[in-house]
Amino acid sequence: MKLTINDVTHDFEADPEMPLLWVLRDILDIKGPKFGCGVAACGACTVLVDGVPVRSCSEPVGYVEGAITTIEGLADGDKLHAVQEAWLAHQVPQCGYCQSGQIMAAVALLDEVLQPTDADIDGAMTNLCRCGTYPKIRAAIKDAAQNLEG
Amino acid sequence: MGRIAKYTRRTFLGIGAVAAGGFAVGYYYYRKPYENPLEAALAEGETTFNLFVKIAADNTITIIAPRAEMGQGIQTTLAALVAEELDVTPSDVVVEHGPASPAYLNQAMLRMGGPFPWFDESFGAGALRGTMGVVSKFLGLQVTGGSSATIDAFQKMREAGCVAREMLKAAAAERWGVSAGSLQTADGVVTNPANGETLTYGALAAQAALLNPPSDLELRPRSEWKLLGKPVDRVEGREKVTGGRIFGIDVQLPDMLHATVKMSPRFGVGAKSVDINPALQVPGVIDVQEIKTNTGQGFGIIAENTWAAFQGAEALDVIWEDAPYPLDDAGMGALFDAALADGEAFELGGSGDVETVFAEAEPDDILEVDYKVPFLAHATMEPMNATAQFRDGKLELWLGTQAPGISQMVAASLLGIETEDVTVHTTHLGGGFGRRGEADFPLYAAALAAKTDGRPVKVTWTREEDTRHDVYRPRVEAKMRAVIRDGEAVALDIRSAAPAIMPSVIGRTFPSFPAPPDDEPILDGLFNQPLGIANRRYQGVVVDLPIPVGFWRSVGNSQNGYFHEAFMDEMAEKAGRDPLEFRLSLLQAPEHAPAKAVLEKVGEMSGWGTPGPDGTAKGIAHMLSFGTWVAQVVQLRDEDGAIRIEKVWCAADPGEVLDPRNFEAQMISGINFGLSQALGQKITFADGEVQEGNFYDFDAMRMWQSPEIEVAILETAPKMGGAGEPGTPPALPALANAIYALTGERIRTAPLSDTVTFV
Ligand code: FES
Ligand code: FES
Repeated sequence: MKLTINDVTHDFEADPEMPLLWVLRDILDIKGPKFGCGVAACGACTVLVDGVPVRSCSEPVGYVEGAITTIEGLADGDKLHAVQEAWLAHQVPQCGYCQSGQIMAAVALLDEVLQPTDADIDGAMTNLCRCGTYPKIRAAIKDAAQNLEG
Repeated sequence: MGRIAKYTRRTFLGIGAVAAGGFAVGYYYYRKPYENPLEAALAEGETTFNLFVKIAADNTITIIAPRAEMGQGIQTTLAALVAEELDVTPSDVVVEHGPASPAYLNQAMLRMGGPFPWFDESFGAGALRGTMGVVSKFLGLQVTGGSSATIDAFQKMREAGCVAREMLKAAAAERWGVSAGSLQTADGVVTNPANGETLTYGALAAQAALLNPPSDLELRPRSEWKLLGKPVDRVEGREKVTGGRIFGIDVQLPDMLHATVKMSPRFGVGAKSVDINPALQVPGVIDVQEIKTNTGQGFGIIAENTWAAFQGAEALDVIWEDAPYPLDDAGMGALFDAALADGEAFELGGSGDVETVFAEAEPDDILEVDYKVPFLAHATMEPMNATAQFRDGKLELWLGTQAPGISQMVAASLLGIETEDVTVHTTHLGGGFGRRGEADFPLYAAALAAKTDGRPVKVTWTREEDTRHDVYRPRVEAKMRAVIRDGEAVALDIRSAAPAIMPSVIGRTFPSFPAPPDDEPILDGLFNQPLGIANRRYQGVVVDLPIPVGFWRSVGNSQNGYFHEAFMDEMAEKAGRDPLEFRLSLLQAPEHAPAKAVLEKVGEMSGWGTPGPDGTAKGIAHMLSFGTWVAQVVQLRDEDGAIRIEKVWCAADPGEVLDPRNFEAQMISGINFGLSQALGQKITFADGEVQEGNFYDFDAMRMWQSPEIEVAILETAPKMGGAGEPGTPPALPALANAIYALTGERIRTAPLSDTVTFV
């Protein structure tokens, strides 16, 4: 099988039924996407497929069509993505375990909506954060939106 | 103004240990310093000054922050304590968790745990807190919990930085032939202001470590702090926004196998029969092994990847033994009823003569109601996992644990090897909340590593396995009674029944230790609240129900905050008084001043007493837990019959705050954790098994439900309190009280979502 992940093409063998998450983590050793629930209920495993957020734990790898971006592919060398910068500026992460997924979901939201309202954020950011960092995520998204505009 | 501490080289470096003599072994043992575990594992060119500081010749400065980072920012704060005195910048140094070692024991945690209120400065309370500190030294508990890490470290880590700095200065003074007192330090460099000459710490380290440490230390006073008392960026921040491989689940070792476990869904029993063939037939599954430990019995499924292991576990065909306890919630309920009716009770705290006051009270003056909360899972974001490798009689463990020393001990005893032959690598934790101090996940990894011919094996639990094999916040039921006469509270009587936490934890972790006679967590957050009611009684009854229970963020306070503070609202109502004014009137004692201050502050912030917008209502609560005084007001809005938690105001007083931004983040986190339990969280039983399995039936607050939160920090309390837990207890009762104000419905059973609908 072949997949393009963060602009690199990977050739590998896997059961086509294996969820993309486990291909990434166990076969390709890309550990940014996290395992939280395995049933598309938490978003910790969120990656982008052609820019669209996908919960990779519930996506059989055989069905995946398109270029994949994981959190490892967001920064441009040492230069972080505006969303990552905003996350740092607001010191969003606590345990941090949900944050790869949160950041990927936020990147996808800001691709769609330049200046998201609170309702847009409520609608798009459905990932679970057990540490309850939601107020900071909300503030960081609004800041990132400003910076992406400017 | 700085604090002076006597210092000897022995205290820090563990040289020349005191000889322990015969009968007095115990006494001497706890005074004997531990060895510095860093000495055994120094890299080429590295020098260690003490337990917390290593400096390499290339000027790499390493600070050891020996507490689990589970999101509470502890490693950053601990690093700042050392850095403040050492004169280095936290972002320029390497911060490591360091090895598992009894030298890193957490005395404050046990010291805080005595059965006395935090504000009780009596001789008995002080002596007992002291004794528990000694006990912790015996056990060498390197545990992160009880919101105690900063309190434990505040003195000793600043001293560590100060000692190293003074030794480095002395070394520079030797080289330059000047007096150490004339030299300056900043950013890891010693400067001679007379001629501008400089030397890096790295260049001085090897020489400095040979010098005698100073015996009198003067720590910098607060007015000179550059880092402490101010926000410091997380040392691990960048890794957490770039998908860093920092969690236990991210461990990758050469030749590593993957595995999962399928443990008996009924507690305390194992398999009646098993057919492992369906599991072995799953492509990628390599082996199935039986696991028998104190914490659970079942099977490990070893495979080439995690997905195959998960499928193998599903295919494994097991018939489990029957549960040796009532099978469902109703059956268990009978035990609670009996305990409340006539179970043998223990008492903590209290005053006056409750019996007489109730016997003589007019029936109309008596308020009597029952409160209940269900079992709860921790649901850390990262499911339980651990990686283990067993080679040549030695075990290595990689895991996110709140208790590396316990992992080390239990794994050693399972494999029949010495504790010293177990090396623990503590990773970051994807959430802890009390769950990751347990022994089960390292034990299962150790058990499977013994069966893989020396290959490392990473054991990852499914979310379902995690939810169904937790150590739960106990189900608790309480009878609350009060006498209210002429608008005044005359007596309060609380009788609470729950499975006991301490015997449960000790029984599964150190079965040979005696369990304590009673269980303080059942009454923690009740007997030790500031409250000026003359007649008070607090009785706990242990319910004999062998469901594993454990520490859940804020422990006993998690239910008792609800009981105490929701009932306080009921008392205020019966007294015909405003809930805030009623509380303040019961906090007249001088030692209760911080409670009054945070309540007044939160009242002011929230505009308490002036009606809010139409369709909104507010509720208030205060709790003192882990040494921090926290008052909260929750504001709700009725959205077409569904309740929106719109806003939370929080005023908190931990005495002294080392990082205000982080403290605020901890309050927000604690509040959302506390509110989450109202929104549908409950663990229920059928056929002796936990029914809930994943986030679709055991969820937590989501973005669209999360309120705006405003936090004010006061620093008036006389002693430093914790941050990780005290935000949680007042949130649920403040919410319940707001629901009453909004709907007229008193909800005395959690989750509140069983009674009302939330957005
Ligand atoms: S792990 Fe994929 S949504 Fe939870
Ligand atoms: S930061 Fe811990 S789960 Fe979100």
